[in-house]
Amino acid sequence: MGKIEDLETINGEGYQLTTLDKAIALARANSVWPLPFATSCCGIEFMATMGSAYDLSRFGMERMSFTPRQADLLIVAGTISKKLGPVLKRVYEQMAEPKWVLSVGACACSGGIFDTYSVLQGIDRIIPVDVYVPGCPPRPEQIIEGVMNIHELVKKESNRRRYSEEYKHLMDTYQIDIDQHGEAK
Amino acid sequence: MEKQNNQEYLTAIQAAFGADVLAHEEAFGMLNVELTPARIHDAIAWLQQHQDLSVNYLTNIAGIHYPESEGREFAVVYQLHSWKNNLRLRIKGYLPKDNLHIASITDLFAGANWMERETYDFFGIIFDGHPDLRRILNMDDMDYFPMRKEYVLEDATREDKDDRFFGRNNNEL
Repeated sequence: MGKIEDLETINGEGYQLTTLDKAIALARANSVWPLPFATSCCGIEFMATMGSAYDLSRFGMERMSFTPRQADLLIVAGTISKKLGPVLKRVYEQMAEPKWVLSVGACACSGGIFDTYSVLQGIDRIIPVDVYVPGCPPRPEQIIEGVMNIHELVKKESNRRRYSEEYKHLMDTYQIDIDQHGEAK
Repeated sequence: MEKQNNQEYLTAIQAAFGADVLAHEEAFGMLNVELTPARIHDAIAWLQQHQDLSVNYLTNIAGIHYPESEGREFAVVYQLHSWKNNLRLRIKGYLPKDNLHIASITDLFAGANWMERETYDFFGIIFDGHPDLRRILNMDDMDYFPMRKEYVLEDATREDKDDRFFGRNNNEL
């Protein structure tokens, strides 16, 4: 969670300067709207994380976005079967840039105990993942730490990253076709 | 009308289907009847319409693979239930591996539709007369029937698994 006091600024009499990148990144980090893609027990832990005991709203995440169009953070919590893989990829493509992905639990990260023909062995085989949360399932504290790590990434990300060649190359490795704004076509 | 028991069911089935009743047993209080696969559709229809037996509910359809038993490698198992008599019974049909055809019972029980698709999906048993026999749980482009007992437990050539995380390839870690 970013605080305005933490923002790197140049202060003078009657003015305060910072870069647009940093100001925007701070605003983004404080209002990441998550899209929970929960399929199993990790989803239950995520519900506890959202609930009043752990209270994810403290992180500017009051609003769960159940439409990918208005979400910034895709939280994948649970086993993703190979049949569900294309659905998850479609959801990711529908999200507007900038977007981040949090992979919660052993199954989403690596397939977990489901070393079998029907289970996708880690969602990073179909979409790029920013932060992995290990555990089977992870406790809400771990999910919160994952979210905080996402916030760190959001705060440090340049506004131009999604227009860069490197980003296009990254998306190419996942066979996701993007336009000049970094949006999936 | 008194409620019917297993013995009365068996007697009635044997009387109606005679030589097509290949075997029968009572397992854990439940009647099991093995029938000629070609007659199973008629037998279930007959059971469903019978005034006294009144087998009105299809609980489940499943497949079994017995790779060692030659000529009867695959079994299709129908679990049926009569609400009137509160009695369950199992109808089995054995198929050879080179002719996995059996008549669909979707015309008798609409609920058989997905059960037969599942049995096809996992065992490759073809239900003739099914309106839409395609995979239901697995990916559409899967080219094998995963519940058959004909695969090695773990395929060393698999590429969709990162072995480093599972302690199988220790020199890489």
